[in-house]
Amino acid sequence: MDAMAIVSIFVLAVFVGFEVVSKVSSTLHTPLMSGANAIHGVILVGAIIVADHSETSLELALSVVAIVLATINMIGGFVVTDRMLEMFKGNKVKESKKGADK
Amino acid sequence: MNRTMYDLIGLAAGVCFILALKGLSHPKTARRGNLIGALGATIATLVVFAYNAPLNNLGWIIGAIAVGSLIGVPAARRVQMTQMPQLVALFNGVGGGAAALVAIVEYLALGDGASTAVVIFTVFTVVVGCVSFSGSIITFLKLQELMTTRPVVFPGGRFVIAATLAAVFGVSGWVVVELGTTPLLVLAALSLLFGVLFVLPVGGADVPIVISLLNAFTGLTVAASGYVLDSTLLIIAGTLVGASGTILTRLMADAMGRSLFGTLFGAFTAKPQDVSAAGEERPVRSGSPDDVAILLNYARRVVIVPGFGLAVAQAQHTVRELADLMISKGIDVAYGIHPVAGRMPGHMNVLLAEANVPYDQLAEMDEVNPTFGQTDVAIVIGANDVVNPAAQTTPGCPIYGMPILEVSNAANVIFLKRSMRPGFAGIENELLYDPKTMLLFGDAKASLTKVVSALKAL
Repeated sequence: MDAMAIVSIFVLAVFVGFEVVSKVSSTLHTPLMSGANAIHGVILVGAIIVADHSETSLELALSVVAIVLATINMIGGFVVTDRMLEMFKGNKVKESKKGADK
Repeated sequence: MNRTMYDLIGLAAGVCFILALKGLSHPKTARRGNLIGALGATIATLVVFAYNAPLNNLGWIIGAIAVGSLIGVPAARRVQMTQMPQLVALFNGVGGGAAALVAIVEYLALGDGASTAVVIFTVFTVVVGCVSFSGSIITFLKLQELMTTRPVVFPGGRFVIAATLAAVFGVSGWVVVELGTTPLLVLAALSLLFGVLFVLPVGGADVPIVISLLNAFTGLTVAASGYVLDSTLLIIAGTLVGASGTILTRLMADAMGRSLFGTLFGAFTAKPQDVSAAGEERPVRSGSPDDVAILLNYARRVVIVPGFGLAVAQAQHTVRELADLMISKGIDVAYGIHPVAGRMPGHMNVLLAEANVPYDQLAEMDEVNPTFGQTDVAIVIGANDVVNPAAQTTPGCPIYGMPILEVSNAANVIFLKRSMRPGFAGIENELLYDPKTMLLFGDAKASLTKVVSALKAL
């Protein structure tokens, strides 16, 4: 890939990243951080690629550790974020029920 | 599968991540946003298998993913909500570690044909990934209270940090020029050391800001790996997290009234607080559950200020019982939620939501602060730093400038505390010695239960 294309992707992604989270309430800071945290677990893709390329047993060993760590980051991150948000949702459901009762 | 297809599907995964962050920024769409993110990550992983099929070392790869899932999923499912911030810190750390390892493997595999740009990006990933890894471990230890939550400052600390940073840069240059394994290992070790030194001076209350910053760092390493591994998806995903993480770090710092610079380097510029002076015995007014119940019974308006201590004691349900009882007696009750109550911004909202406290009783700081003048009783349960007037009155103290809940404007203040121990930030609270303050010592849940039965009896 040529350098200019990469720089373009990078700069545009920076602005998108700034834009999407610029107006978030403090209530959601923790889940948002946790969700973003899970997204960078996609380094798993990189770990799989280097494991595929590995030629020596040292390279393979390091790649395998990288895959384990990246999987923990990615899957664990999405699961724990979901747990946090589940509580917000449970709360909302109860509230709307209460509203219906009135 | 051809390259175009691979890139297109990668792009779709990238769009999923954008939608995920967008969704996570609004309460109604947050959960769906997270699921879209998980979908994107799943697509990204599957497409790598398909594109590179048949993968070498396939057994190892699948085995490693299985092991990672077996560790990550139960950890995420079983963690107490009170301990969730440190789990996030840990997940961030292992992500940084993974990025650093990927870069090291890539570095070992670099041939003579590697361009300087590739080497530089590889070295960048190793450095920042290692910093993120070791730094996150320290934040984990602080939040888990396995080590002191106070800023750790040692004589000449700032020179040691500066020297370490200079060494990291120097060795980076050496690695780029020499392309040797030894310099790389030295670099990794120095970076790990720097991560530790970087986080040690940060006070407990500021740790969430650092976690968010390290999260952004890890994002950038992922983007750099994407360049080295020729993966557009990794560049997009990593940059998104890096950029949104930076903004989020700033938002958090603003919510706490802290400058980012002050957070990271405050421990160097401010003198450590002289805690011994405050250690002398000073009279406090402590009361019994009956005293508290009587005070509440004649109040018209009560504001409950929950803190991390409430969560630790698992007293959410009891506090709700007390609130319901007061409401049934015609008392106006609200919860005053500080933006950083708990261990992270929004943490207390998660905890109270878990206890089914009605959302409309939760008042944010800006709403509730002007009402303290008309409040008869403010009950502070297991909170300390977020109501400490020192944040407004004592320049130079570690929390100076942080917005606080102005409970001192209420006619009476009741503190439910386990002991006179200072809060997470390690600062003495003058309000405890105020004549209108009454202290009720003991476990928050046990104390509240006694107050509830005393109030019922009145």
